[in-house]
Amino acid sequence: MALSNARVSMRDAAKKGEIIEIKTLIRHPMETGYRVDHMGKPIPRDIVKRFSATYAGEPVFEMDLTQGVAANPFIAFSIVATDTAEMVFTWENEAGETAVVRRTLTVTE
Amino acid sequence: MRLALAAGLLAGLSVAAVAEPRASGTSFLSDELRAMQQDEAANPGMLWVGEGARLWAAAEGEAGISCASCHDRAEESMAGVAARYPVVRGGAVINLEAQINRCRTGAQKADALPYESDALLALTAFVARQSLGMPVSVKTDGDAAPLYAAGEAFFHRRQGQMNLSCAHCHDANAGRRLRGDAISHGLPNGYPAYRLEWQTLGSLHRRLRACSLGVRAVQFDYGSPEYLALELYLAKRAEGAPVETPAIRK
Amino acid sequence: MKTLTRRTLILGAGASAATALLIGRAAATTQARDAAVAELTGGAAIKDGRVRLTIPAVAENGLSVYTTIAVDSPMTEADHVRAIHIISEKNPIARLFTARFSPRSRVAKLSTNLRLASSQQVTALAEMSDGSFWRDRKDVIVTIAACIDGG
Repeated sequence: MALSNARVSMRDAAKKGEIIEIKTLIRHPMETGYRVDHMGKPIPRDIVKRFSATYAGEPVFEMDLTQGVAANPFIAFSIVATDTAEMVFTWENEAGETAVVRRTLTVTE
Repeated sequence: MRLALAAGLLAGLSVAAVAEPRASGTSFLSDELRAMQQDEAANPGMLWVGEGARLWAAAEGEAGISCASCHDRAEESMAGVAARYPVVRGGAVINLEAQINRCRTGAQKADALPYESDALLALTAFVARQSLGMPVSVKTDGDAAPLYAAGEAFFHRRQGQMNLSCAHCHDANAGRRLRGDAISHGLPNGYPAYRLEWQTLGSLHRRLRACSLGVRAVQFDYGSPEYLALELYLAKRAEGAPVETPAIRK
Repeated sequence: MKTLTRRTLILGAGASAATALLIGRAAATTQARDAAVAELTGGAAIKDGRVRLTIPAVAENGLSVYTTIAVDSPMTEADHVRAIHIISEKNPIARLFTARFSPRSRVAKLSTNLRLASSQQVTALAEMSDGSFWRDRKDVIVTIAACIDGG
């Protein structure tokens, strides 16, 4: 499945040193490759294989997924607010297609 | 004396029945799944709600108008709508899906969206979400009375190879165990719902088709008059229960 | 053209989640799990502690099991968590995912939903910047909903 419907939930602003929890969801069946359709034909594997997040251009979190992660993958992680900077979230499927969401975190002293 | 006591008890019971709606499917979820339902950032059904918000503003059909062209901001215009659906018009039950398609074929001059298509699920979930927490309250008198009666009869009629009615599970045995699970009251107030077994969002009629399959009975079509009448009856059974779309269900 | 027999019809209609999931799947074993762990550690010793795996003792549906892993670490250049691996002993593939961190992460914690094929022990393995490995393990009972319809 093409990657088009992704959600990132996080605060837009924080004080320096605060822990920010980031929650993400993306629409995807995470097809295992083990199932068959109603005519008994195998349904090929189709998964989001990689998720990554950068903060001020530096990687802060990466995940390699398999079909052992539930459909419509939910991934939550935390960062510490250090600088006012852009966060870039990228999901990639096995065909190399990507979905990208960008958010700016404003950090005050 | 005894009669008066019995009458008093009955009156007390009926008052309690009005004040306390039946417990929705949410009360049968674990703490983890209930937390997932309540957290917009974790509830996967919100992916469809978000898509529905986009579709609400998208021009469609020969008329080239969007839902918002007529109804403006859904947050205001659609608040409470799902709580009073389905409605009866022209002798037919109209649920949210049917109303959305009436808008498409009528005002937008676009094709109707098929049941269980992503677009129809997304729009239905988005519209229903605007009634989050509002108590279900459908009209069952007047024009609606015969269709409500048809739904009620369906609910109580034995069906299929197992010879079970809806009432056998969802009235007589609600709250009791069936294999590793508790039987719910069969309320529709969370639909379209994200059902873990489906791993996707699905309509109430998809769930009803699963029930029919479960008792080895005829599976009626999506949007069939049988399921629409049943939907009206189920909504009345859910009176007072809050709209929970998109709910998490097992 | 092959005619549809009653049996194929029933198979088709009843290709339930459970049936469908079983087809073409080799069952993983504790040996496969141990092999996956050994491949990650290169045979290094594994200590219990520092990792907290939070997962329901009873999962109502194995298709989505809410799981949180947190590791005690100062997350400095000298001492941080490099990766967290989640390993299954009953799924078709042993390693369910790997999450990687850097000192810039500052917090070594994540939550996600796992698919678990059946009741089993789940292992969370943390790989530290000093090359040490730490572990937590939890038993999960996976139940199934009363009414399954093949999704």
